[in-house]
Amino acid sequence: MHKLLEVKNLKKYFETKNGLLHAVDGVDFSIEEGKTLGVVGESGCGKSTLGRLVIRLIDPTDGKIIYEGKDITKVKCKGSLRREMQLIFQDPFSSLNPRMSVSQIIEEPLKIHKMCKNKAELRSKVDELMDTVGLAAKLSDSYPHELDGGRRQRIGIARALALNPKFIVCDEPVSSLDVSIQAQILNLMMDLQEDRKLTYMFISHDLSVVKHISDEIIVMYLGLVVEKCRADELFEHTLHPYSKALLSAIPEPTTKKKKEMKLIQGEITSPINPKPGCRFAARCSYVRDICRQAEPELKEVLPDHFVSCHFANEINNLKAN
Amino acid sequence: MNDRNSPLLSVRNLTIHYITDDGIVRAVNDISFDLEKGKTLGLVGETGAGKTTTALGIMNLVPDPPGKIISGQILVNGKDILKFKKNELKKYRGKVASMVLQDPMTALNPLITVGEQIAEVLRLHDKLSRADSYIKAAQMLELVGIPSDRINDYPHEFSGGMKQRVVIAIALACNPQLLIADEPTTALDVTIQAQVLSLIRDLIKKYGTSMILITHDLGVVTEICDEVAIMYAGQIVEKGDLEAVYEHTGHPYTRGLFGSLPSLAVKAHRLNPIEGLMPDPTDLPKGCAFHPRCPDKMPECVSRTPVVIETEPGHFVRCLLYE
Repeated sequence: MHKLLEVKNLKKYFETKNGLLHAVDGVDFSIEEGKTLGVVGESGCGKSTLGRLVIRLIDPTDGKIIYEGKDITKVKCKGSLRREMQLIFQDPFSSLNPRMSVSQIIEEPLKIHKMCKNKAELRSKVDELMDTVGLAAKLSDSYPHELDGGRRQRIGIARALALNPKFIVCDEPVSSLDVSIQAQILNLMMDLQEDRKLTYMFISHDLSVVKHISDEIIVMYLGLVVEKCRADELFEHTLHPYSKALLSAIPEPTTKKKKEMKLIQGEITSPINPKPGCRFAARCSYVRDICRQAEPELKEVLPDHFVSCHFANEINNLKAN
Repeated sequence: MNDRNSPLLSVRNLTIHYITDDGIVRAVNDISFDLEKGKTLGLVGETGAGKTTTALGIMNLVPDPPGKIISGQILVNGKDILKFKKNELKKYRGKVASMVLQDPMTALNPLITVGEQIAEVLRLHDKLSRADSYIKAAQMLELVGIPSDRINDYPHEFSGGMKQRVVIAIALACNPQLLIADEPTTALDVTIQAQVLSLIRDLIKKYGTSMILITHDLGVVTEICDEVAIMYAGQIVEKGDLEAVYEHTGHPYTRGLFGSLPSLAVKAHRLNPIEGLMPDPTDLPKGCAFHPRCPDKMPECVSRTPVVIETEPGHFVRCLLYE
């Protein structure tokens, strides 16, 4: 297995009239080919910005993005990148042009990249893509407004697959769908990954969805990675106080063995000119003086399990190594 | 009359349609249920199941036109609120029953301070003076966890979670007997959702308020509800206390909903979603509305409409499998 994508110390700051907004503030990770990296966090943690940075929709302030061994941080001509990396958007209502029919939407990337020699080839390629994502052929002349959210999201997926990319950033692709439709789309995405050896970066606020689809997970808080490990490991040994809070806040659909909901106080603080120290300090129940002064580093606390917390060992009764 | 067992709310054979140019949208079709005092009912279903229309019916707020309450009764304390005159409705809404809407961003008036929005309800219903209404409004803010010195702030100065707290303060200001919460936490992050749910739970316990919680999230229901009703295509397909519905699930649709949820506890490679899509409410299938998607479909499901069957005491299922 080789690393398809590697990100080093990636930063994105936005200038606002109130100061510098630290949307992504030094993130490192890598994704192996054919695997799924889940990115979870609440609104404003920088997960969507991270997704957009990685496929070069926006330019980073600092840091490196390495794809297939090549540094793509400064690549100017993005056409060739788009054939390799694509994006599936959260909102299937605003991410489709309302004045284009289903087949026009799906064939657009094929036309731009001149992937088909003639009209017949284009036609058959679109039909094939629609079949792949489970859209009935009779819908090809329909317009997005005639279709429900699940079908629209299938159009978004077909469009992303059109150029046969290796890497797809999925930005909350199922958050706006009903649960029964959400499950259909998740199954579709997992089947496609198996058939086409796709690599996903799957962004979501829903931990149960992320757990279901991911191999590795990073938990983000205010532009920083607070915990990074294998998907099942995160749920067996949750180490960071924020991940713990996030996990315990999920209401589980069962009447058995109700876990105690641990509430965290307060709300996410502003990412504009963040104070020194740990960004979670204001809401953390384990907070001590040092947390307000020094920013914790992301350290390997257990094998392949990284946490950024001064007291990760202490809180979890682990021996320091 | 007010003996312990008489329900606060009794919905009888309620049918609500929207008459549109494209046809008749059959939003709510012959639903009946009771809600006892101090109890909480979770109303669960997907988009278009008729949850919100049911709630609007109970508030007598169905927009007419295009909405029409075709038949049925909604008895609150034994009185049919659908027969109320305008001035009776004014006293009913906000005082006897009040509602928390899904989107706290649009539920508040952006031009009026949050304090005034709470105080207004108190002046209208409890006939408080201006000064008293502000004192009570400050108390309500503290009660929902907002410092009372923010009473003169405008909605845009609050975050989403805080706005929803303000909406809850308005809804509970006059101590209503019935609270209808329509997806109160759907627009919020999970940690904030947990805070708001625990706030609602504490407040309705403190005041003995009955509640109908509308949600699409089967997890949220278990945090706060005593009973749950599952809606599909304008009908209640299953109803019972939490344990009955979650542990002895009867209806194939409810089972499909559970199968669609990725679980935190067990690792499943594939989910088992319900096949197909929600039916078009202007053209509902004949017989059982769920039959085109049902894995347990029988020949008679196509022609015969199931009636509600009590499979065990207090557990109702609307499915021919049990007839």
